[in-house]
Amino acid sequence: MEILTETLIMEKPKQVRNRKPGCDKPHIEVEKLNLYIQDNHILKNISLAIPDKSITCIIGPSGCGKTTLLRTFNRLHDDNVDVRITGKLFVDCEDIYAKDAEVTHIRKKMGLLAQRPCSLPMSILDNVVYGPRLHGVRGKHKLHEIAYHQLSAVGLWDEVKDRLKTPASKLSIGQQQRLCLARGLAVEPDIILGDEATSALDPISSKTIEELFVSLKDKYTIVLVTHTLRQAKRIADYVAFMYMGELIEFGTADQVFNNPKHKLTQEYISGGFS
Amino acid sequence: MLKGRLRKDRIARHYMLTVTILAMFVLLLIGGGLLVKSLPIIQEKGLWTLLSTSNWRPFKGDFGFASYIVSTLYVTGIAIIIALPLSLLTSIYIIEYASPKILRAFSSVVDLLSGIPPVIYGVWGTLTIVPFISETLAPHFVEFSTGYSALAGGVVLAIMIIPLIISILMEVFGAVPKEMREASMSLGATKWQTVKKVVVRKSIPGIVAAVVLAISRAFGETIAVLMVCGNFTDLPKSIFDACYPIPALIANNYGEMMSVPKYESALMFAAFLLFFIIVVFNIISRIVLIQIDKRYQL
Repeated sequence: MEILTETLIMEKPKQVRNRKPGCDKPHIEVEKLNLYIQDNHILKNISLAIPDKSITCIIGPSGCGKTTLLRTFNRLHDDNVDVRITGKLFVDCEDIYAKDAEVTHIRKKMGLLAQRPCSLPMSILDNVVYGPRLHGVRGKHKLHEIAYHQLSAVGLWDEVKDRLKTPASKLSIGQQQRLCLARGLAVEPDIILGDEATSALDPISSKTIEELFVSLKDKYTIVLVTHTLRQAKRIADYVAFMYMGELIEFGTADQVFNNPKHKLTQEYISGGFS
Repeated sequence: MLKGRLRKDRIARHYMLTVTILAMFVLLLIGGGLLVKSLPIIQEKGLWTLLSTSNWRPFKGDFGFASYIVSTLYVTGIAIIIALPLSLLTSIYIIEYASPKILRAFSSVVDLLSGIPPVIYGVWGTLTIVPFISETLAPHFVEFSTGYSALAGGVVLAIMIIPLIISILMEVFGAVPKEMREASMSLGATKWQTVKKVVVRKSIPGIVAAVVLAISRAFGETIAVLMVCGNFTDLPKSIFDACYPIPALIANNYGEMMSVPKYESALMFAAFLLFFIIVVFNIISRIVLIQIDKRYQL
C-alpha cells in the first residue's frame, strides 16, 4: 500500500479575527509536526492549516493518530513524559511548542469536548462558570449572566434553569455533553475541538450536538475527530483523512467525498476498510 | 433435583452468606463479651462516675477513666493534625506532579514504612523525639518537661499513620478520571487550580475515609505510644505533659495485680470503652460520608 508523504498545501483562509496584528495565518496551522511515544512514530510530518470559521472533520481508521493530533492542538500531551514532539504548531501565529510558550492562555483559546462528557464535580452553574472564574471573573450577577448566555447558546437553559445548583452529574449524558460545550464556550474561545464528541450519545442527543456545531461555525473554528463517516458528510466543510499517522488528504468535504485524489481515501470512504 | 452446577452455585452462596454472618457476629461477640466482663465495675461505681473522674487508685477501689479518655483523644488528635496536611501534600505531589519513576520509588518506600513494626517507631521516638521535646521544644513553652509527653506520642503516632494515609490518598487521587483533569486544564486552569478545585473536591469522600481509617488505627495503637507518652495518670494540662492512653493502660496492667478486686473488670471496661469509641466513630463517619454523597453527588 503506497502512502504519499508529500506535504499538503492549502489555500490560505481569508478572514482573520481576534488576534495579534500582523498575523495572517489561520487560528491553527501545523507545520511538519512529528510526535513520538517512546520510540513509536505516531504522527508523521503533518502539515495542515485549519480553515477558520468552518467545520473541519478529521477522519481515518482507528489508531491512525487523529485523536493524538487533536490533542496536540492544546498541548494535552504535556503530562505524558513519554511523548516527544518536533515541528511547529501555530495558534494565532504563536508557536505553542516553543520553549517559552505559556500553556494556559493557549488552552483558553480552545474549548474541548471529550468523547464522554466530563462534568466537573460541582453544580451545573459552577460547571459553566468554572472557566471564567479561573480567569478572574467575579460577581454573582456577572457569572449568572455568563451561565444564562452560554446555557442558552447550547439550548440547555430551559431544561436546567430551575436547578442550577444541583450537581451536574444528575443530568442525562446528552445534557452533560451540551453542558460541557457551554462550559467550553464560556471562556470565549476562538476554536472548538471535538474528540468524537457524539460517540457516547444516543442518536437524538448526537443530532442536537451536530446541529449546535453547525450553528456555531459562523463564530468559531471547529475541529472534530469523528469515527462516523456519515457525520462528517453531514456537517463537515473540510475533511482531513489520516492513515497510519500521516495526513493523506485534505480538502473541502465535497472534494474529498465526491472526488478523492488519493486511492486510500477512496477506499476508506467507500467502506473498503475501517 | 437440581443440576450439579446449579446446586454448587446455591451451596456456594449459602456458604458465603454463613461466613459473612459469622464475621459480623464476631463484632457483637467482642463487644458483648467486654460489656459482660465490665458489668461488675459499672454496677458498683456507676457509668458516669467511671467516665467523669480521674482518680485511679485500684487498691482503694477508685477507678476513674477521664484522664485515659482525654489522653487517648489528645494523642490521636495531635497525630491527625500533624499527619493529615503532610500526607495530603505528599500524595498530591506524588500523583499529580512527580514523574512515574519517583512515583514507583516512592510507592515502595511507603509500603516499606507501613511494614515497620511499631516497637521500632517507639524506640526511635524515645531516642530522638523525646530528647528533642525536653531539651529544645518544651523550654520555649513550659518550665519543665521530661519529653515523655502527649506531644511525643502524637508525633510518633503521626509518623506511623502517615504512610497509611498516603497510600490510601494515592489510590483516591489516582482514581479521579484523567478526563476530568483534562476538562479543567483545557479551560486554561493551571495544575494547582485543577488540583484544588477538581481533584481534591472529587476526592473528599476518599479523604474522609482515609482519615477515619487512620484515626481508628491511631486510637488503638499501643506499644509505640506507650513507650514515649510517659504513662502518668493525670489529666494532661498541656501537650508537654505526660499522658496515659487507654491501650497503654490495658497493655501495662493486664495480667498483673489481678488480685485487686474489680481490677480486671475495670480493665475490661477500658477495653470496652476503646471498642465503643471506635465503633461510634466509624458510624459517625459513615453518616458523614452519606451526607457528603447526598449533597454533592461527587
